[in-house]
Amino acid sequence: MKFSYYPGCTLRNKAKDLDAYARASAKALGFELEELQDWQCCGGVYPLGTDEIASKLSSVRALAQAKEKGQELVTLCSACHHVLKRVNDDMQNVEDIRTRANNYMKLDTPYGGETKVLHFLEVIRDRIGFDELKKKVVNPLTGKKIGAYYGCLLLRPGNIMAFDDPENPKMLEDFIRALGAEPVVYPYRNECCGGYISLKEPDMAKSMCQTICESANGFGAEMLITACPLCRYNLTKTQLDLPVYYFTELLAEALGVKEEALK
Amino acid sequence: MSHQNNQAEMIKEISGVNPYKCMKCGKCTATCPAFDEMDIKPHQFVSYVQSGNVQALAESKSLWKCLSCFACVERCPRDVQPGRIIDAARQIVVRQRGGNYLTADEIPALLDEELPQQLLVSAYRRYKR
Repeated sequence: MKFSYYPGCTLRNKAKDLDAYARASAKALGFELEELQDWQCCGGVYPLGTDEIASKLSSVRALAQAKEKGQELVTLCSACHHVLKRVNDDMQNVEDIRTRANNYMKLDTPYGGETKVLHFLEVIRDRIGFDELKKKVVNPLTGKKIGAYYGCLLLRPGNIMAFDDPENPKMLEDFIRALGAEPVVYPYRNECCGGYISLKEPDMAKSMCQTICESANGFGAEMLITACPLCRYNLTKTQLDLPVYYFTELLAEALGVKEEALK
Repeated sequence: MSHQNNQAEMIKEISGVNPYKCMKCGKCTATCPAFDEMDIKPHQFVSYVQSGNVQALAESKSLWKCLSCFACVERCPRDVQPGRIIDAARQIVVRQRGGNYLTADEIPALLDEELPQQLLVSAYRRYKR
């Protein structure tokens, strides 16, 4: 199984480990991530304006390249996944955006949203299967109580992201169970961490994350996992000292490839 | 057409939202994680566009408090998408000369060792042109 892969800017810099653990884990699980050539930053947030075209082109280029290669496109960072998936939806369903974006792109065949965008977790759930993952675990994380932090970007808007039930997701809980650990369900797991507000108003993000972490802690979580570098950054700024890991780190640990991932 | 009405039309066009679909149930405000910080609340956004009082919206603190978490978009029973309205109002402001809410000069003082690139690009896209 081979997929096109879009790492995104933060995975080349502050979140190198999120990427490295994912690549090593993919190998252990029997699929290959082939990084797109010359990919460009997705911009971090989806441009909401109906007249925004130029700011969507980096995503369109990535999507069109995967189409050319005849591969599905795998993402890892929640923000990149959100942006690429929504731009792809625009290219499928919004004629004005499709026409104008293709006018810029000048491809031999216009791009019309043909590429399937998959989050790394969707590859595990839908292509590998959690049962299969469980079989490949060599270091089960027995006894660990882990809270899944979904945040916003993987889930909402549910009709476009189609990742999981946006109000009561279970993807990460199933993932945690497959690794041999115990998922802790708490009410704030799909509440916003503050996102980009932490740049200019860190106190606002801090108080939102304090609520999230206290909720998780109160329900017995010893740690949180997330797919998003910005969520992780915000969640680690609270006064609780609740450890927050990328889900790929625990995955690599359970699959016994953590050491070699960072080589 | 007055300048204000013109701007109200621009907000409708940029957001793609029909404010007349709103039935004022208030679910958007009830679910907004930033509602405490906002002077104009999410359920009020539509009224400002309907009445053409866009200047007040453009000057509101709410523009810079919205987190783009899409809770209001997800939970609106009428698919009005208040988050798109406030984004359109923000666009109208930052697309004007001198309207940026964040400038490159401010960045160095805001950085710390762990700050992810994603935070900078996201803030740039929402706050700046």
